[in-house]
Amino acid sequence: MSTDSIAWPSTTAESRPLVDRLHEWITTVDHKRLGILYIVYALLFLVIGGIEATVIRIQLIRPHNDFVSPQVFNRMFTMHGTTMIFFVVMPVLFGFANYLIPLMIGARDMSFPRLNAFSFWMTAFGGLLLYFSLVGANGLYGAGNAPDVGWFAYAPLTSRTFSLGHSTDFWTLALLVSGFGSIGTAINIVATVLCMRCPGMTLAKMPLFAWLNFVMAGLVILAVSPLTAAQIMLLVDRYLGGHFFDTQAGGSAVIWMHFFWIFGHPEVYVLVLPAFAFASEIIPVFSRKPIFGYSVMVGATVAIGFISMSVWAHHMFTVGMGPNANTFFVLSTMAIAVPTGIKIFNWLATIWGGKIEFKTPMLFCIAFLFQFLVAGLTGVMLSAAPFDWQLGNSYFVVAHFHYVIVGGILFTLFGAFYYWFPKMSGRMYSETLGILHFWLFFIGFHLTFDFMHIPGLLGMPRRIYTYEPGRGWDTWNLIVTIGVFFQAAGILVFLGNLLWSYFRGKAAGTDPWDAWTLEWSTSSPPPAYNFSVIPTVHSRRPLWDVKHPDDPDWKYE
Amino acid sequence: MNTTSTTLPRPELEWELPARGRVGMCALITAEAAIFTIFVVAYLFYVGKSLRGPVPKDVLRVPIFYTICLLSSSLTIHAAAKALRRASVRSFGIMWSATIALGATFLYGTATEWHRLIYHDGLTISTNLFGTTYYSLVGLHGFHVVVGLMCLCAVMAFTLVGAVKQEHAERIDVLSLYWHFVDAVWIVVFTVVYVIGR
Repeated sequence: MSTDSIAWPSTTAESRPLVDRLHEWITTVDHKRLGILYIVYALLFLVIGGIEATVIRIQLIRPHNDFVSPQVFNRMFTMHGTTMIFFVVMPVLFGFANYLIPLMIGARDMSFPRLNAFSFWMTAFGGLLLYFSLVGANGLYGAGNAPDVGWFAYAPLTSRTFSLGHSTDFWTLALLVSGFGSIGTAINIVATVLCMRCPGMTLAKMPLFAWLNFVMAGLVILAVSPLTAAQIMLLVDRYLGGHFFDTQAGGSAVIWMHFFWIFGHPEVYVLVLPAFAFASEIIPVFSRKPIFGYSVMVGATVAIGFISMSVWAHHMFTVGMGPNANTFFVLSTMAIAVPTGIKIFNWLATIWGGKIEFKTPMLFCIAFLFQFLVAGLTGVMLSAAPFDWQLGNSYFVVAHFHYVIVGGILFTLFGAFYYWFPKMSGRMYSETLGILHFWLFFIGFHLTFDFMHIPGLLGMPRRIYTYEPGRGWDTWNLIVTIGVFFQAAGILVFLGNLLWSYFRGKAAGTDPWDAWTLEWSTSSPPPAYNFSVIPTVHSRRPLWDVKHPDDPDWKYE
Repeated sequence: MNTTSTTLPRPELEWELPARGRVGMCALITAEAAIFTIFVVAYLFYVGKSLRGPVPKDVLRVPIFYTICLLSSSLTIHAAAKALRRASVRSFGIMWSATIALGATFLYGTATEWHRLIYHDGLTISTNLFGTTYYSLVGLHGFHVVVGLMCLCAVMAFTLVGAVKQEHAERIDVLSLYWHFVDAVWIVVFTVVYVIGR
């Protein structure tokens, strides 16, 4: 693949005026640029969402604290949750999917480049709409100016009676708009994976990254659409006087819960499957071994996709659904631990006997393995309905899902950032800063979320803005908040590393990791057309075949 | 893969992938079907739960004629797409405009029904749960008919200026998939609203 020798006009772009270059970014339909737009946009919101989390934790650092008012506290946890799920993790995952899938399957772009751009801008404006509520939503005096109904916005909190002004409308519309963007991107990923693969890349030879994102996209299509429908119903209730969730007119508040969690639980897998995808690419490369049990990994992924559609009501054990429904959702929730466990064993087997290189991406992935296991175990605990009756809506639950999202997803995401940064920017990151970031964040994470389980077990409910002293929660909350500052320092090192390396890092070259998937066969950063000649592949590790013509993989697959 | 060959494997002789338009439309239809499912579930869940009238069996009349119109438009659009594949643009245009006429008739039917319900029976979206779920579900479907008609009309305009040719048959097929979906959803909505819900 001789793309390095071809001069591409964008190398002269530096000399053009700033307005021209900005215009190019705004009107771009190139999957790599859109990918980077998604990622940068998500990093911006990561900082905002992180500041909100810090405010929450400062408020809870000691009993009877009055750092923020109860009203502001409600807005903070609502905005934190909504921002992190919809405007940080989803966009950043879409960004990586956008950037990498065409490169990994040997295509020149996504199936629908313009739909891709449309989806990005829908997501982007959705986020702006949410934050515009800060200035635009003060409909009535004392009605609040940012959404304060919690990220799952249970009825009847969202009805006109209890949510005056327009803050809930901004929340609804932001999610509706960004939901269209998500569905658009998901359609694009499905069509790209099915229709754009290079010759020889059968589904069974596709990198696991593409497979997992393909299943993720399928889940987005099936899961975000119900959320869209529920948001439309909420808008009908709020603007047209409908009664979907109006208990005064015979409507049901519980059906909102069902509709929300039909979206909300598959959403967890929408977020975690790409994290699995990162781990499945990074761990083999830094263990110098092919992935263990490729076909089982694919099977487990598809199984997770299916089972995740039937576990939503484990969020609702405390509602009182009756023994039959409870039993069903207990069993289905426990069942999903099986394919997930298979994955963990496969990653361990990949590492086993490998020549492990402890580079920053690998460090994050190893931490992920351990932390995700713990997150899964607390998940199995909570899946038992009687246990959940005791601890539902407590800090134990908060600790559990942050273990999944931070300990699992964010850690692999950081790994992905370091792993693909050389490809995206053409420069190496600073390994020293990377390792510093890892340890700061690792220590901060464990200080915060390990110790958060304990006040939960001691009965501390989530979403309280303050608490009485002497309940045994004080010390734990102090430790939890101290951990936040370590995490914040880690994030600052991370952002500093990205910026410094972008301008000062040494050239990375085409293939700094001696990796095996197609994105490492083209220059860093790749030219707009990706591949001057569309590659033909014969195995799951096409670059291994190129580097080792004496012992190619296709002989064994 | 033939592992007995020498160092380099033979290049793949055939490499056929599904058409992206068709796959994209099927994915979109899946997403839309999920949205409709939620509305249908809400409708069924709230059947008979309105606290006050009017109730479906007093005010709903089964729109058999308009249903036949919409369903037969699936046949005409199929005939149109088939004609275009045979390069007979003229019969394509005729069948295509028939589809538009049938779709528009259906919309007219919905409009008159809603007019009667609102002005004669006093049922609006805020009257009771029946009103809320009925107008939402039928309205969501009607909205999809409107979007479909707009697409059909755009194609019709291109046909009239002579821009539609045989080479566009593939794209017309993709658009007709959407229209078939809109028709199929009506079968579900019809069953739920006028058969089960009444």
